[in-house]
Amino acid sequence: MENQNKITFSRRSFIRTSALASGGILIGFNFFTSCKEAAVPPVDVSQLNFNDFNAFIKIADNGYVTIFSPNPEIGQGVKTSMPMIIAEELDVPWEHVSVEQGALDTNNFTRQVAGGSQSIRFGWNALRETGATAKQMLVNAAAAKWGIEASSCSASNGVITSPTGETLGYGDVVNDAAQLEVPENVTLKATKDYKIIGKDAVNVDIDKIITGEPLFGLDYKAEGMKYVSVMRPPAFGQKVSSFDDTNAKSINGVSDVVQFGDKIAVLASNTWAAMKGKKALDVQWTNDGTLESTADHDKKLNAILDGNQLDIRREDGNVKKAFAEADQVLERTYESPFLPHNCMEPMNFYANVTADKVHLVGPIQTPAGTARRIANLIDRDEKDIHLEMTRMGGGFGRRLYGDFALEAAEISNITKQAVKVVFSREDDMAAGIYRPAIKYRIAASLKDGKVTGYHLKEAAINNNMYGLIPHFFPAGAIDNYKVETGNYRSNITTGAWRAPYTNFLAYAEQSFFDELAELLEVDAVQLRLDLLKNVKDGQDPDIQYSAKRMTDTIKLAAEKSNWGKTREGVYQGFAAYYSHNTHVAEVVDITLKNGYPSVEKVTVAVDCGIVVNPTGAKNQVEGGVIDGIGHAMYGDFSFDKGKPQDVNFNTYRLIRMRETPTVHTYFVENDLSPTGLGEPGLPPAGGALANAIKAATGQLLLKQPFMSVLKKYEANLKV
Amino acid sequence: MASYNLKVNGKSVNINVDDDTPLLWVLRDELNLVGTKFGCGIAQCGACTVHLDGVAVRSCSLPVSSLEGANITTIEGLAKDELHPVQEAWKELDVPQCGYCQAGQMMTASSFLKDNPNPSNEDIRNAMNGNLCRCASYNRIEKAVALAAKKMS
Repeated sequence: MENQNKITFSRRSFIRTSALASGGILIGFNFFTSCKEAAVPPVDVSQLNFNDFNAFIKIADNGYVTIFSPNPEIGQGVKTSMPMIIAEELDVPWEHVSVEQGALDTNNFTRQVAGGSQSIRFGWNALRETGATAKQMLVNAAAAKWGIEASSCSASNGVITSPTGETLGYGDVVNDAAQLEVPENVTLKATKDYKIIGKDAVNVDIDKIITGEPLFGLDYKAEGMKYVSVMRPPAFGQKVSSFDDTNAKSINGVSDVVQFGDKIAVLASNTWAAMKGKKALDVQWTNDGTLESTADHDKKLNAILDGNQLDIRREDGNVKKAFAEADQVLERTYESPFLPHNCMEPMNFYANVTADKVHLVGPIQTPAGTARRIANLIDRDEKDIHLEMTRMGGGFGRRLYGDFALEAAEISNITKQAVKVVFSREDDMAAGIYRPAIKYRIAASLKDGKVTGYHLKEAAINNNMYGLIPHFFPAGAIDNYKVETGNYRSNITTGAWRAPYTNFLAYAEQSFFDELAELLEVDAVQLRLDLLKNVKDGQDPDIQYSAKRMTDTIKLAAEKSNWGKTREGVYQGFAAYYSHNTHVAEVVDITLKNGYPSVEKVTVAVDCGIVVNPTGAKNQVEGGVIDGIGHAMYGDFSFDKGKPQDVNFNTYRLIRMRETPTVHTYFVENDLSPTGLGEPGLPPAGGALANAIKAATGQLLLKQPFMSVLKKYEANLKV
Repeated sequence: MASYNLKVNGKSVNINVDDDTPLLWVLRDELNLVGTKFGCGIAQCGACTVHLDGVAVRSCSLPVSSLEGANITTIEGLAKDELHPVQEAWKELDVPQCGYCQAGQMMTASSFLKDNPNPSNEDIRNAMNGNLCRCASYNRIEKAVALAAKKMS
């Protein structure tokens, strides 16, 4: 068990305070890195530049607290949950806290990123320490006022109390506290004393969302700004040969047409004119590379799996020997297509490049890296760049890539105008940075009723599984174990998509285990529990999943889902997966309607340590599970001669309400440090669904989307 | 360019735009009502849903030329003196994740509930089927529509 109260940084190195000109105190702090010796927060809150600190707390002289939340909000809930952690240790009523999105500058950062479900995990210590330090300063100030020992005072709910029962509000002492040294030793709360952490806190932007106030990148406007629609090559592997913009320029509102690289920007006084102008461009394209089709990728990936040019990523024991001595071998190949992200808010960004500065506003998961790339692109000093983050209408990995922000900066730099690049849905789907097509070939050797060997090969486009994925379960559970990967370099742009690699790998492996259980004639859940018994926690630094935590999680899911004890006509499928430091187990219940599987219910057990904000946490799990089911069922995306075959929701199918199961989420209760939830709910969903469909219909699903096989049943449905 | 008169959230407005301009862009770019969202532009996702004479419509596919004199309500006008029961329910159940599609969801729900005060779960699922939520907050949307119906009865 980890010790939650362990101090891992020196506070002096990452917290600084200053008295605010307007009264109150400003506390600047940094995650994961220390500040420069000379760094001091501004005395004027409007001068926050996030240069030396990436997060700030302001305590006003009325005791109200404003927390400038550092990490980008993409719907994963950190704009609510990260401030909750500060407020807990600061010990203020949550109602006295307001949250603002911090802006960004590019110096001295480490992790002002939304990605990998890591915001809470990495922020946990720094956020608690900062809140506790601020509280201690307020207590010290009150004690000094009373002329007594600080250790004899207590503070709770924004009020400091002396041993004789005198009280002072935080606001009463905040100006004194601002003059004090940052204390070196503070005590963090015990879990049992939490008043905010573990209680439901509604999304801090809720009032703006439900009343339609401007909040997202697409909503941002600046005086005189031009709306821009960008024409990009229609196929990967093409470039501009020539173009005629006569018709485009004749459209009301269109002011400029400029080429930059292999793209053409149409600037207009409103979005509609910009979009019409783009459509009116007459462009001749020429080939500038191979025009790849899905059938080509299929062949390339198969050749990788069949060949011997793979890289070994983990190898235990002797897989070759295990297979040679096996009673039986099971081998399967699983396939998945490319997938676009399809954030509901299409990509967009505002840029205004002037002689003095570069002003950027928009939805971006990687503000620091993007600002740096823009500085390079337009040859400016990084300190000229001011980037403001808006709330994001979904991310799913797509907004890790700043291509749309770079476009905006480049167009503004060329035209010397303030511009807002807006993607149409067609632009968004056709100029994607896709989840690449991947194939897995998995083989297992069985002997004397046991799994003796496991061999997994990954063939993917452009990249392969990263980090510790090769060491995920069943690494450690099977003596002879091997993971190999190979890739094919394509000119189609690919990147991270919610739970990269594991979003598909988990389905492949968890379907495979279901078949293994059948061959071994053991219950599917029991097979996982038996295998986990072989894993010794803490023995291998690369194996970071915990057999104990996974076992508890699996048992909770089995119990809550009535695994194996459902009424007639209900078929269940099971899957469990560890990713992004969180353990998850899921049971999918389906019924058949005229032979077509209807997904009724998903029971989910999650071990993410302490649950900071239960309502937000459940929202992430529900969303992740349904997202996983939706894409496993329907997500299909192919290319013909470099050209995406679907560019809008009329042909590209996303899960809709009628196809949605009810998700029941249960958390394993413990006192362990919290881990993230933006991604981990997704990976097991596809496998649990495939296993339920197999239980119901006998249909083995080796390929996503499942609709490619299930279409024949769907025709029977009366809708 | 032509001049059009609309009534938006109870206020008369006059705008000068091209006649094929969809209502969505009139609202967002001309009238600064950016609560109505752009999602697909082809009436497939529902993010742009507004009320035309009380009925839910897709503003991305309605040219302004067909709307002379029309009475439009957007998310900004859904609350009268206090929040609409749909908005209250959305807040109470903490429905949004990213929040982008939710204005459209609420406009569809409020129009549906006006004509169907006692919907079954199946009615709700059918009524909301046209609105995509990429974060898949569907479970909470379903519950919130039922809660709003209860609040309105």
